[in-house]
Amino acid sequence: MTAPAQHHAPAPHSYVSPIPVRRANLGDALASEWTKIRSVRSTLWTLGVMVLLMVVIGLGVAAIAANAGEQGMGDESALGFGFFGMLPASICVITLGVLTIASEFGTGMIRTTLTACPSRARVLTAKAIVFFVLVFTVTTVVAALVGAVQVALVEAADTPTTGEWLRATVGAGAYLAMLGLLSLALGTLIRHSAGAITVMIGLLLLPLVAALFMFSEALKSVQEALFTYAIPSQMISLYAAQPPFGDDGPSGWEPLLIMTGVAGVALAGAFALLNNRDV
Amino acid sequence: MIELEGLTKRYGAKTAVDHLSFQVRPGVITGFLGPNGAGKSTTMRMMLDLDNPTSGTVRIDGKHYRELQEPLKYIGALLDAKAMNGGRSAYNNLLCLAQSNRIPERRVSEVLDLVGLTPVARKKSKGFSLGMGQRLGIASALLGDPEILMFDEPVNGLDPEGIHWIRNLMKALAAEGRTIFVSSHLMSEMALTADHLIVIGQGKLLADTTMADFIQENSRSYVRLRSPQQERLRDLLHAHGFIAVEAGNGTIEVDGATTEKLGELAAENGLVLHELSSQRASLEEAFMQMTASAVEYHAHGTDVHGGAPAPGPQWGTTSQGA
Repeated sequence: MTAPAQHHAPAPHSYVSPIPVRRANLGDALASEWTKIRSVRSTLWTLGVMVLLMVVIGLGVAAIAANAGEQGMGDESALGFGFFGMLPASICVITLGVLTIASEFGTGMIRTTLTACPSRARVLTAKAIVFFVLVFTVTTVVAALVGAVQVALVEAADTPTTGEWLRATVGAGAYLAMLGLLSLALGTLIRHSAGAITVMIGLLLLPLVAALFMFSEALKSVQEALFTYAIPSQMISLYAAQPPFGDDGPSGWEPLLIMTGVAGVALAGAFALLNNRDV
Repeated sequence: MIELEGLTKRYGAKTAVDHLSFQVRPGVITGFLGPNGAGKSTTMRMMLDLDNPTSGTVRIDGKHYRELQEPLKYIGALLDAKAMNGGRSAYNNLLCLAQSNRIPERRVSEVLDLVGLTPVARKKSKGFSLGMGQRLGIASALLGDPEILMFDEPVNGLDPEGIHWIRNLMKALAAEGRTIFVSSHLMSEMALTADHLIVIGQGKLLADTTMADFIQENSRSYVRLRSPQQERLRDLLHAHGFIAVEAGNGTIEVDGATTEKLGELAAENGLVLHELSSQRASLEEAFMQMTASAVEYHAHGTDVHGGAPAPGPQWGTTSQGA
């Protein structure tokens, strides 16, 4: 076997490496995280399935609407059909977000990562940035392409305004990426892939499902709050001219602001725990 | 130079590491020895700032681990060979580590070559055998060409060829002036590689000594005699002030005497000897005696103190029938 013999001949008292020491910074951590995220299968699978769902469902629903020859959709544009692909796509984003960090806990890689880069803040920031940029780019591009086809297909719908276009592309992309960051934060807190994914899917779907069956008058206000602030309702608000439940709910860009706030708080909590907990 | 000062780690009521203070000096191989559960891995994790000490500090060249900017260039560690993502290729597992410390990418190929993994560099590391995984872990430790290297039980589960390779690698690395800190629960392994020895048991420091001193102090040497005229031999030994102990099978053991002296004594008195040999208690025995009171998991029905064949540990059953 190979022996390590390529170093300087006479043994100095203390070893000095010929490799130059260059200060590492956040940029180096970003390069490292990019290598990690691109070199595992799960990234390709989750993003691949996500794109497939957005395209197939988004175009399928639009095609059905176009064939039915529907007359007038109120003041809604055809971009709204994008929601039906976005909802299942969010499950893929949740999975990738959780796996980005929880898989490191699962494999023990986190110990290697933190030995190489002891700054927890730098590791978490680099992971969050790489994940956000990747998911935001992919979803925004796919949402734009799907949206363009939807608008062309469904002639009965209103022509979307610039604001609607922005919200259905950049807005939807940023919303999904923020939802993914919330998942990443939860993955850091729970440190267990399956557990964190389950919690996130519950968070995504249960409030709306539970609210559907709140017939009791006493629960009326709870039901309204759940309907208004459930994640799918927030997603609909991104597309729709009017919030789906009640006019005073978040509308326009507000759902994105709310999700950004929630993800930010969760990430801060994740950092605090990662910084103080034994790995 | 790594300095530990009063390092303590408690998990609830259990103290895993108890006021541990020692130094790991440069240029030598320091063996870190202790039975299973003695706190070796916990100590090493605290040295790398993965676990927070309950109290006490670890300093690496005077700095806390978190103050190191590119730690891989100061200290390389093999903690757990499986601490990699199995779905990633060996090359990419090392590449992401190199990038985080701004180590040139060519170094990845260099270390893969050094540990002999070049042919499988692009293969997923989850398909690796134990030995290959261990080599990949060592490659990651060598990535930054660091001055300090830490290996946690590097020979665990390796075949003789792999063990031989790691021993030689460690010696070569130390000869280059590096600090090597290697843990093991096998005294025999340490006796072959380490220059300095730190022994812990139940988290407490039991010994901090050079290997040579440890051998000197702990290996009892005695002379074994066997004679058909055993009675006369014993009387003769007693008459000359030697303490002769009967050791069964018709042999006599004498402490503090040389074979030359006893041989001549027997010859002068016309005694027939069937055996005259110098014996040394094994280091393994010395180690077991030292840590006997501090062994975490005793097996039942076996006298550990007497250096009986290594008992199989029975985890989690210490209270039963003890």
